[in-house]
Amino acid sequence: MERLRIWRIGLLISLVTLFLAGCSGDPSLSVLDPKGSAGEIQLNLIYWSLILMTVVFVIVITIFVYVLVRYRKRKGKDIMPEQVHGSTKLEIIWTVIPIAALIALAIPTVQYTFELAETPPAEDTVIIDVTGHQYWWEFKYPQYGITTAQEAHIPVGKKVLFRIHGEDVLHSFWVPSLGGKMDVVPGRVNTMTLDAKQPGMYQGKCAELCGSGHALMDFKVFADKQGDFDKWTASMKQPVASVSATSSEANGEKIFKQNCIGCHAGVSQIKAPNLNKFATRSTIAGILPHNEQNLKIWLKNPQAVKPGTLMPKIDYLNKDELNDLIKYLDSRK
Amino acid sequence: MATLIVLLVLVLFLAAIFTGGYNRQFLERMRNSRTWDWLTTVDHKKIGILYLMGGLLFFLIGGLEAIFMRLQLFAPGNDLFVGRTFNELLTMHGTTMIFLAAMPLIFAIMNAVVPLQIGARDVAFPFLNALGFWLFFFGGVLLNLSWIFGGAPDAGWTSYTGLALNQYSPGPGVDFYVLGLQIAGIGTLIGGLNFIVTIINMRAPGMTFLRLPLFTWTAFVTSGLVLFAFPAFTVALLLLMFDRLFGSNFFDHAMGGSTVIWEHLFWIFGHPEVYIVILPAFGIMSDVISTFSKKRLFGYNSMVFATVLIGFLGFMVWVHHMFTVGLGAISNSVFAVATMAIAVPTGIKVFNWLFTMWGGEIQFKTPMLWAVGFIPTFVIGGMTGVMLALPPADYQYQDSYFVVAHFHYVLVGGTVFGLFAGIYYWWPKMFGKMLNESLGKWHFWTFLIGFHLTFFPQHFLGLFGMPRRVFTYQTNVGLERLNEISTIGVAGMLIGTIFFLVNIIYTLRKGPKAEADAWGLGRTLEWSIPSPPPEYNFAQTPLVRGFDALWVEKEAGNKTMTPAEPLGSIHMPSPSYIPIMMSLGFFIAGFGFIVRGIPAAVFGLIIVFAALFLRSFDYDRGYHVEPEDPEKGGKE
Repeated sequence: MERLRIWRIGLLISLVTLFLAGCSGDPSLSVLDPKGSAGEIQLNLIYWSLILMTVVFVIVITIFVYVLVRYRKRKGKDIMPEQVHGSTKLEIIWTVIPIAALIALAIPTVQYTFELAETPPAEDTVIIDVTGHQYWWEFKYPQYGITTAQEAHIPVGKKVLFRIHGEDVLHSFWVPSLGGKMDVVPGRVNTMTLDAKQPGMYQGKCAELCGSGHALMDFKVFADKQGDFDKWTASMKQPVASVSATSSEANGEKIFKQNCIGCHAGVSQIKAPNLNKFATRSTIAGILPHNEQNLKIWLKNPQAVKPGTLMPKIDYLNKDELNDLIKYLDSRK
Repeated sequence: MATLIVLLVLVLFLAAIFTGGYNRQFLERMRNSRTWDWLTTVDHKKIGILYLMGGLLFFLIGGLEAIFMRLQLFAPGNDLFVGRTFNELLTMHGTTMIFLAAMPLIFAIMNAVVPLQIGARDVAFPFLNALGFWLFFFGGVLLNLSWIFGGAPDAGWTSYTGLALNQYSPGPGVDFYVLGLQIAGIGTLIGGLNFIVTIINMRAPGMTFLRLPLFTWTAFVTSGLVLFAFPAFTVALLLLMFDRLFGSNFFDHAMGGSTVIWEHLFWIFGHPEVYIVILPAFGIMSDVISTFSKKRLFGYNSMVFATVLIGFLGFMVWVHHMFTVGLGAISNSVFAVATMAIAVPTGIKVFNWLFTMWGGEIQFKTPMLWAVGFIPTFVIGGMTGVMLALPPADYQYQDSYFVVAHFHYVLVGGTVFGLFAGIYYWWPKMFGKMLNESLGKWHFWTFLIGFHLTFFPQHFLGLFGMPRRVFTYQTNVGLERLNEISTIGVAGMLIGTIFFLVNIIYTLRKGPKAEADAWGLGRTLEWSIPSPPPEYNFAQTPLVRGFDALWVEKEAGNKTMTPAEPLGSIHMPSPSYIPIMMSLGFFIAGFGFIVRGIPAAVFGLIIVFAALFLRSFDYDRGYHVEPEDPEKGGKE
């Protein structure tokens, strides 16, 4: 009977392990699959602490199971256990050994903490000024004079210094695959250095409760090879081609200037994402895949897509006007 | 306001109808009714029961909120509770569970047990004890009324400013948080003070500090933490109240304030708060494990030392909640090392429990099951705790589901398991009835399995990139299956809780009467007196001759404690309606401030001051009772 039970537990544990091995998260969003040096350092420390802690856990559980099996009350027997007061020797052991283990943990911890706080030399670094807004992200590249939103591009293999600004409430800037997070604190500038070792798309999240739309305050970081990155910066710096005066895009531009530009070009108190190169973005509002259908859904009722967003409903345009506006937006490359 | 007056009048009418109309006997009838007795009681045993009922009520409400959240997260893209509603649920779940469930349940057990364990007839300040309970209760009710009056708070239980300011959380929601918790907090502070004085001053002859049962020790340290931690929160709430109600700018960065100040104040309170709720659970574990192993607690002195050390270090580590705020590498490192240090005394405790069982004769009664289930669960929570203490690693864990998993392992696996152990263990002492063992075991197993099913996968959710406090998540990034499992696990905890409620109702009606030494293994003083104890607890104050006072007498062949005084009449404090009146005043004042009805607020404060005035000139000196001689087989 006892053996049967142990077998069952063993089977259960192996099933659980198999199951967890099967799903290890998505490579664009997983702490366990880092693509940058910060993430690697952090994962190393996670594994090192996990190993130490697992050793502790195994010791405790071994004693625990032994004690429960060996010293349980048996039927028909009534013994009076010896009333032991304690044991100085044992107590010293389980004080000193954990202290030693913690020192083994504390040394790399302090070392890595300082390492991650270092700011790389400016000449070799791409600087990005990040600003967290309710519920979108603004990225400015002071070295290139680029302003964009929701999607940042970084060159592979180069250190990127994120200078993190806040204007409204607390947010937290988190790209799990590249490295741990840093809070957006209004009135402060926090810095975090990340890099990507492989090209690819890495998802970003807001990790600090910031209001109704918190769950949907996503962004993306694209790591490009140096050549692609240079192309991207060059294209971002080029002014948007003007539209021909008679086309439907021209009508769209008129509608845009009447309805949108106040917030979307930073004239009004309310700040909204810069839509200069809107057509190049892969998402709408950071969450919906970029296509015409979704753009209509978003414009007609933004609140239904992202609760709490400051974007008002654009449901008063007629069908043609809406189509023109969308055409205009999608012409901005 | 008008609604309130209509309700009050209605209540008065109902009272009049059910008491036979307003006549000369009205006051007499009211005074002799059982309701009046409970509303005005200053008896620590009755207050313990009130705390227990209040705490369980809020535990169920908080649990319901958790169920709603897990239902929403069962599948991505659900639209059951989204946006603000979800934020209200997560805020109220956290706030309710910490302040209105865990804290009062701890005070319930402290009230029911501490005076008995130290051989006292009541707490040092019975009046304050009642006041503490009613303030907690009215504060809790005020907070929960937010659901009906304009929306619940939605800035998280930490209520970080920025978001908690008027500009970003318009409406009264956060005001309910501020004033509800302020009122409940005064109650907690009073309770903590009361227990410190009680444990220092009311110990029976011979009950030296190093003979105190471990639960009393943890109650003592916890009360000390309450005394030093809550004022920080009181200040924080006061500043936030001024920001929200009177237009000050302590936390508004645009006006030169700082949100980081709130974070510091909150966590200077918030981290010791974690130990406030876990230390008594450690105490319960120590008593239960020792009792059901039939052995003296292993390493008593080091257990006491570890408790005090944890309490002390608890004040030194608050910045580990703020590693990602950007306070710099030096500050992060210092607080990281301090946090890791806490693992040492905690480890000492775990090993001492294991070696208490070593060589004992373990009986798996329900309280012991909870204690045994507590050990591995809490060790997992402690492991992830050490992992979270490392700033570089924490940059990844912070505000992800990993943290959610961690603190539920310590708060449910630690505090709630501990509380269940304590409730099952002392239930016979509190109510004079034994809880049903098989229902208790069903409760334990379903709850334990449900708990691990819910929270174990959440570690992985966090590592796979799911932030906490989100109402939805993406598809196809490996989050669906784990979220499904997590939601299914909730069913286990729900079923377990239902078994528990059924057990309570069934036992109160039909349960077997409990003996004085209900488990037959009692070691401490509370098991030397009848279950439930008479009003005055001890007919004669006992003489304590060692640690585990009753066990010492048992070993010496005595059946009862040796009395330290002759039998004589006992002085008892009179019941008082002033605590509930004063709390009601605070409640009305708080409600007035929330709805910006200054006249109502002033009216409430007038009631408070009237109550203070009445109390100051209250010449009631209590009354005396003649205890029944235990030698003559007194019946209760």
